Amino acid sequence: MKYVEEFRDAELAKGLSAAISAEADPDRIYRFMEFCGGHTHALARYGVEDLLPKNVHMIHGPGCPVCVLPVGRVDEAVALATQHDVILCTYADLMRVPGTKYESLIKARSKGADVRMVYSTIDALNIAKDNPDREVVFFAIGFETTTPPTAVAIKQAQKLGLKNFSVYCNHVLTPAAMRAILGTHTPQGAPPNEQNNVILDGFVGPAHVSAVIGTQPYEEFTRDYKKPVVIAGFEPLDVMQSILQLIRQTNDGRADVENEYARAVTPQGNIKAQKLVDEVFKVRDEFSWRGLGSVPLSALKIRAEFSEFDAELRFRVDVPNPKENKLCECGPILRGEKNPVDCSLFGTPCTPDNPMGACMVSSEGACAAHWTYGRFRTELELEDSA
Amino acid sequence: MNAPQKPPQKPHGNKPGSRPLDLKNGRVDMSHGAGGRAMAQLIEDLFVGEFDNELLNREHDAAMFTLPPGRVVMSTDSFVISPLFFPGGNIGSLAVHGTVNDISMAGAKPYYLTAGFIIEEGFPLADLSQIVKSMAAAAKEAGVSIVTGDTKVVERGHGDGIFINTAGVGVVRDGVDVCGDLAQPGDKILVNGTLGDHGVAVMSKRENLSFTTAIESDSQDLGDLVSDMLDAVPDIHVLRDPTRGGLAATLNEIAHQSGVGIELNEDAIPVRPEVKSACELLGLDPLYVANEGKLIAICPADKADALLAAMQAHPKGQHAAIVGEVLQDARCFVRMKTGLGGTRMVDWLAGEQLPRIC
Amino acid sequence: MCHAIPAKVVALRDDSMADVELEGVIKEVSLDLVDGVELGDYVILHVGYALAKLDPEEAQKTLKLFAEMGAAVNDGAAA
Repeated sequence: MKYVEEFRDAELAKGLSAAISAEADPDRIYRFMEFCGGHTHALARYGVEDLLPKNVHMIHGPGCPVCVLPVGRVDEAVALATQHDVILCTYADLMRVPGTKYESLIKARSKGADVRMVYSTIDALNIAKDNPDREVVFFAIGFETTTPPTAVAIKQAQKLGLKNFSVYCNHVLTPAAMRAILGTHTPQGAPPNEQNNVILDGFVGPAHVSAVIGTQPYEEFTRDYKKPVVIAGFEPLDVMQSILQLIRQTNDGRADVENEYARAVTPQGNIKAQKLVDEVFKVRDEFSWRGLGSVPLSALKIRAEFSEFDAELRFRVDVPNPKENKLCECGPILRGEKNPVDCSLFGTPCTPDNPMGACMVSSEGACAAHWTYGRFRTELELEDSA
Repeated sequence: MNAPQKPPQKPHGNKPGSRPLDLKNGRVDMSHGAGGRAMAQLIEDLFVGEFDNELLNREHDAAMFTLPPGRVVMSTDSFVISPLFFPGGNIGSLAVHGTVNDISMAGAKPYYLTAGFIIEEGFPLADLSQIVKSMAAAAKEAGVSIVTGDTKVVERGHGDGIFINTAGVGVVRDGVDVCGDLAQPGDKILVNGTLGDHGVAVMSKRENLSFTTAIESDSQDLGDLVSDMLDAVPDIHVLRDPTRGGLAATLNEIAHQSGVGIELNEDAIPVRPEVKSACELLGLDPLYVANEGKLIAICPADKADALLAAMQAHPKGQHAAIVGEVLQDARCFVRMKTGLGGTRMVDWLAGEQLPRIC
Repeated sequence: MCHAIPAKVVALRDDSMADVELEGVIKEVSLDLVDGVELGDYVILHVGYALAKLDPEEAQKTLKLFAEMGAAVNDGAAA
């Protein structure tokens, strides 16, 4: 596969691994957060950790839109499917996310709700076209990569004059989340305080979010928080190269935005997509995130001009008070403060088979990634230390 | 003692006063399952007509036979695949291959199959005829006879077109002992060819995926390949076909049954480029995609090269490869050295593999 | 961060749709989010949409960079 396999080459990986080991200062620890769930997945799936020196720690960030979706929003989606006779269209990752009392869309479907898995908003629009007598709701989630397709779908629905199509909008914004992680009230360079802010040396920036928003939005972090950001492509060599660049910046005391994914990311990003999103959505004052709590200006809602396509205005639902399992550590894990194995539920009983929280459902959640790809390492370490 | 020979029955269509089955435009209706003349006609003209063997032609409820001496092996499988017709096969050929392969995976030669059908009212006879023809051809190629069966018809809306169950019997040759719990640390793990073909072929026919590919299902009978393999290496420890859940699920099962660990070598696992790219597009991992004409063989390390050679010499094992080895591991983890040089687990999957979007 | 993959545009269709190809697998996608896509271009695909055009020159530069990083270590070791 062109432009894919070359970026997974084992020989180049060896070279980059050697370069990273050579430049990492053995007398310090480096803590870099890979914001994006896709990078978490790539690191785990290729075993990149084995190619990094022990003093380079990758902290998994909250860039998994399934993982950060609050329980209350899942409950509302389940309620839409069960309390109204809608066809609820959803991306596959959302099917098994547990809401309050572990109700999920896949459980609702087994009880008779019409929940359908789609690969694209185009499928949802087609379902609406093919079923003019049924209401069709598209459960929209995602960071800035996934938002433009939803914008296209809403405009398309308007163009076609569809009267039975709406969107339950949960799109969220990356820079706001990064700000929340770094602590909006932490002055630049200050040490972590009681608010549990994480010591981070830098960020591996998202690949495809950046293809849409460009590199400019990250300059606030280098400028105000003095943390380097290296935007990385999706393949394991991209991530390794970005880690190398972050180590260099950290050693040099620099904090710049660097673009490793120049083959797909430009400084301004995809203007056409940005304009479309701006036309259809506006920023919510605040939005509740699993793990980060209430974050201002961090999510999108549908503009008034398109209100007929807003499921939140079209349907009223009855939902319980949202409740998460008290022992679930998804919050601290999403903030990078704890590791999956620090959660008492990890493995018993929380597993991808029986998820207690969202970090275990999405294959890019830190817990699922560790369970599925990496837990043998922890077991081996336990054995070695015994 | 042999029963007296009876002449084979003539199809009902030749009896005065009855119309032949309309295989072109006709549909299955409730009378075909009711036990009366319509059902008898369906069975005779279609099933018996196509499967055509001495035992079945007698049309007793039960088929009576003797097997060659040896340990008898029995297996059953039900087939509920959707869509029914896919590149490289259909539910019928699959139903035969699936069960004969299960018998072969026990190190046995399959002899006889049963075939049970649950058909939804309204199912086109043309489709049923094609399915039955495929079963007959698959059985013939595998050297087995379908000797008894059953037909039920359920009301429209209560069945997904057609479901098929097949059961089979076979005999294990002397000196062969294959079982999921016999893998030993040090053993090598082999596969007979490319992985993921069947799953991708079936998915390419699913409406909402909109991708086209030339990939065909690998559904095929593995009996003669297994026979060659056992000739070359009689002390193969484990044979299993990686169907639902793919290589990953099957290896995890074996690891747990045998109480061992497994380490795979990603670079050695054969996957067609189109299967790789279809999986990339859908966010799937080929290790977890179903196969229907592939097997896993686990054998002592010193026999691995001989086994590989025997497999590669057979048309159904051309792309055979040694893909990993069995380790001592009380936790029964299945690990893999990735193409990049790192290591990851190949975990037992939770339910249906859900493709990623984000 | 969202699962996306580069694929080659092999046919342009009506309504801003296009066929892309990845190792013999052909998929229909929307070009509604990118302008100026031509036959033979590589695009980054996400949930059925092209999000960006891939720049082949930059891709080669990046691969070269990887090789240089590795080589620099070897040279350092040899020195």
